[in-house]
Amino acid sequence: MFVAKSIAAQHKDLIHDVAYDFYGRRIATCSTDQSVQVWDLGEDGEWHCTSAWKHHSGSVWRVTWAHPEFGQVLASCSFDRTAVIWEEIVGESNPNEKGQSHWIKRGALVDSRTSVTDVKFSPRHLGLQLATCSADGVVRFYEASDVTNLATWSSQEEIQTKLNCSCLSWNPSRVHPPMIAVGSDDSSPSSGGKVQIYEYKENERKKKWHKTETLMSITEAVHDLAFAPNLGRSYHVIAVATKDVRILTLKPLRRDATTMGSIGLDIKQPAQLDHNNQQVWRVSWNVTGTILASSSDDGHVRLWKANYLDNWKCFQELKGDGTAIPMSMPNFNREQQQQQQQAAGNARLNPAIQDSMFDGRSGRYHAWNL
Amino acid sequence: MAAYEREIPLLVIPDADAATNCLSSVWGLGHKLLLHAGIGKRIYEHTQGKGYEAPILQSPPRLHWVQWQTDMHKPIARKLVTQSHDVFVALQKHGPESSDSVRKPQLVKYSRHYRAFMGECVQDLRKAAADPNVSREECESYTAQSELLQTMGLIWSLCEILFVETLPGGVVLQQLQDWLKLHFTEGDRLAREVLQSEDFQFNEVYWKAIYIYVMQGRLAEARHLLSTHAQQEQDTLNTFARMDKLMRDMPVFSALSRQSLAEFDLRWRHWQDQCAQCLEDSAFISYHHLHTICRILSGDQSVFSELSDMLGSWYQMLVTKLLYSNPTVRALDLQYHAKACIDEFGGSSRMSALDNILMAAFEFDVHQVIKASSATMSNWWFVAHLADLLHHCGKLDSHQLNFGSNLREFLLLEYASTLMSHDSLWQVVAGYLDHCPQFGRHYLELFIERIPLQSERKAMKVLRVCEEREMTEQVRSICKVLGMRSLQQGRLGSALSWCIRSKDAAFATVLSDRFLSEYSLGGGFSNLDLIDNLGAAMLLSDRLTFLGKYREFHKLYERGEFQEAAGLLLSLLTAKLAPKSFWLILLTDVLPLLELEELIFRSQQTYELLHCLNELTQWYSSKDYLRSDAAKRKTKGQQELETEKLELLKLGLARNLARAVQEEVIIS
Repeated sequence: MFVAKSIAAQHKDLIHDVAYDFYGRRIATCSTDQSVQVWDLGEDGEWHCTSAWKHHSGSVWRVTWAHPEFGQVLASCSFDRTAVIWEEIVGESNPNEKGQSHWIKRGALVDSRTSVTDVKFSPRHLGLQLATCSADGVVRFYEASDVTNLATWSSQEEIQTKLNCSCLSWNPSRVHPPMIAVGSDDSSPSSGGKVQIYEYKENERKKKWHKTETLMSITEAVHDLAFAPNLGRSYHVIAVATKDVRILTLKPLRRDATTMGSIGLDIKQPAQLDHNNQQVWRVSWNVTGTILASSSDDGHVRLWKANYLDNWKCFQELKGDGTAIPMSMPNFNREQQQQQQQAAGNARLNPAIQDSMFDGRSGRYHAWNL
Repeated sequence: MAAYEREIPLLVIPDADAATNCLSSVWGLGHKLLLHAGIGKRIYEHTQGKGYEAPILQSPPRLHWVQWQTDMHKPIARKLVTQSHDVFVALQKHGPESSDSVRKPQLVKYSRHYRAFMGECVQDLRKAAADPNVSREECESYTAQSELLQTMGLIWSLCEILFVETLPGGVVLQQLQDWLKLHFTEGDRLAREVLQSEDFQFNEVYWKAIYIYVMQGRLAEARHLLSTHAQQEQDTLNTFARMDKLMRDMPVFSALSRQSLAEFDLRWRHWQDQCAQCLEDSAFISYHHLHTICRILSGDQSVFSELSDMLGSWYQMLVTKLLYSNPTVRALDLQYHAKACIDEFGGSSRMSALDNILMAAFEFDVHQVIKASSATMSNWWFVAHLADLLHHCGKLDSHQLNFGSNLREFLLLEYASTLMSHDSLWQVVAGYLDHCPQFGRHYLELFIERIPLQSERKAMKVLRVCEEREMTEQVRSICKVLGMRSLQQGRLGSALSWCIRSKDAAFATVLSDRFLSEYSLGGGFSNLDLIDNLGAAMLLSDRLTFLGKYREFHKLYERGEFQEAAGLLLSLLTAKLAPKSFWLILLTDVLPLLELEELIFRSQQTYELLHCLNELTQWYSSKDYLRSDAAKRKTKGQQELETEKLELLKLGLARNLARAVQEEVIIS
């Protein structure tokens, strides 16, 4: 494992969120400095900031990409109580700007009366939908009435969770009814379970979001949660960041094989991943949902993986060292840095095996303990 | 064996703010992470009313990209990746159902192919490392990688002998000798050194080469070296000739010969008795080195310990010892003999990872071989391919635990995942995922949609791969993405053709509207050949049908088939296929038809047209229309033109009605 690249963002303050686009060739970043930036991976293999704009009037907490089927669309949410939808327009009117792109505001969702803490687009099979959650405990659903004209977003539904919401995640499965999980960072254990599961299903001849379950096993503050890709399993996997990381499986219980929606969930907890008793703030799955990255208060990022017998283990840790990079070198020689990293990596990563044939001399990441 | 529980490796990221604000990570495609300082704690403090702390960032925040398991992405290793992929795919055709006698030689062949490609890669890496233009680090990384591959080769060949190319009766020594010969070439190196040196001397190097040859059982080579000695010095007492004879006479068992094992055993014992006799007679006592060789030949156990430095490892000692004391040893008994050799080399506490893997192989513990190999090697190439080969040999499933096929799939999935982060290995990835029955398809579905499609050509390739696997959902999505992208770049024709492929009706309507508005603004259609050849695809949406039909009207008109053209136009109006905003254009198209000498619209048709005209006039004054953007955008001039056209139409239609009624009366 090695640092392939390291560059300075043009933000003036802490970055709160970074989101890759669907192909991993663009990223969007947002920061306390109230701005959003978009970076593109160029043909030269370098990342270039191609757009930066400031519109929000508060810290921007989260940024997220819509599926490319809907074009180049971003959503951001902020302390200023709004969530905003952005679309990239390729300039064509002005010949000087031909091929140049810029981002324009397509919609502002201003229903919240408190800080909007998370925003997520739905899986693409549900069309262009969006869910937001806010500190006052309301989860809101919006939908673009016309996919080719993103100016109009209709509010679909509001759910009162009765707990201050910190995060939400859509279940990506296309063979199950729409499902979201909402987490709350309310820190008092007496207010009950901090993760609520909602399903969109018909009840009394009306399709609505219904609460299916509250995960009573998690009573501490929840800071982040994420569904893993379904991979054709009969159950869903969700990772929850709280005072540790819980991996939970949710298996829909059915009355019989033919009924679509479930009548409840069978919840199991195959793993509880300890983080030195530190709060965990972020969890993120890789594309196939086989490796989980978690970020905790001790400054560590940990990578977790289950082996083929479903035993979860941490196989790599990453940590910032607090060393400043000389300001005179804003784009700091890549090769040199790589060398330093590799040298540093070698010292630390060198496996405790004497046999020289297995020496991870080039700082290569070692394989997995089965 | 819980031998490799080791500390979790730590990678330090040079970031000034990470110490106070912690680190967050986001996943890229494959084994790639993007890290930055800040973990969303600020949101919590904010919303919990803990107040806002002014930022104290020492420098602008940084973004760090971390990657791992990229050693298969380098050009040299990539050759191995594609070559082994071909072998892998060919191997999959040999399912466990075909009979053993047909299958086994095939499997051995594939195993050799894998090894050959590893060997080729080692050569390439060595060559690359020797290139004076490469940097020191690159050179080191090439060397490390070639050493790793050599180790893999060593383990692989042993596994091939024990698990793949199992001989009847389980007599393995001949194969083990070949194994040593292939992987431990110091004897050859020393011999070359001696023979090529200008002042040829019978020094320590010379004798060491001979010892190694003898201990590896390569007596022909040893005799060749010895003969040079005999040529130079008078062998008055025939000592050298005697040794030569002993060596020449050593019986060699070959599984292919007709000789029975008992027969061989008898001959071999007789031969070793002769060796022992020579030793007893002190025949070589005057030549210290020949005496030692004779001790080896007669299987004197103490000599092996004396020469353990030259043997190098317990497994080399194992083969030598067995060669001169128990040449008919069966594969299953190897592990008992191995224990004694391990003790000679310091016991099991001094075993390296490689020693453990080889020992596990001698113990026929396939699972442990794979487990220990994946724990120590820096890539999944080796374990994934080995596990797959052993699975095909039926060795993985026969293990007591019943997860044989799961383990194989797990390793193949891991290997494929390491290739995902590379731009051009996606077809290789698909090849492996195809053969993972449980999760392969799901992985591929997630992965294939995310392949960046920079060019149309690549898009077609990816789509073909999807179509071959009937991934209709992925095909649809990829086409939709490409359609949307074309639309945003203003390429309407390309957008429409992608849209037709993705069968997205709503998008087809949007695109048709774009074409129509282009027409109404500029008076022409772009992408004519596409619209002319829509065929059945036209039925995707009503608007697209209208577009296709309207274009058909133009063609009929151009060809002078006015009757047909008029009929089509009328049907477009009456069937309400045309959007209201387009009616005026359609009705304007009617005007020239009214001015022709020949009567085109009969009275009934004219009534219908008048009805449409009336409906349009009503629509223009309706609230719906007046409130719409189109109405608001209209200039005064446009409005006047519109009214004029409507008037003209009214007049033209009235005149036509008169003509039609007149003609119809005459006919009747």
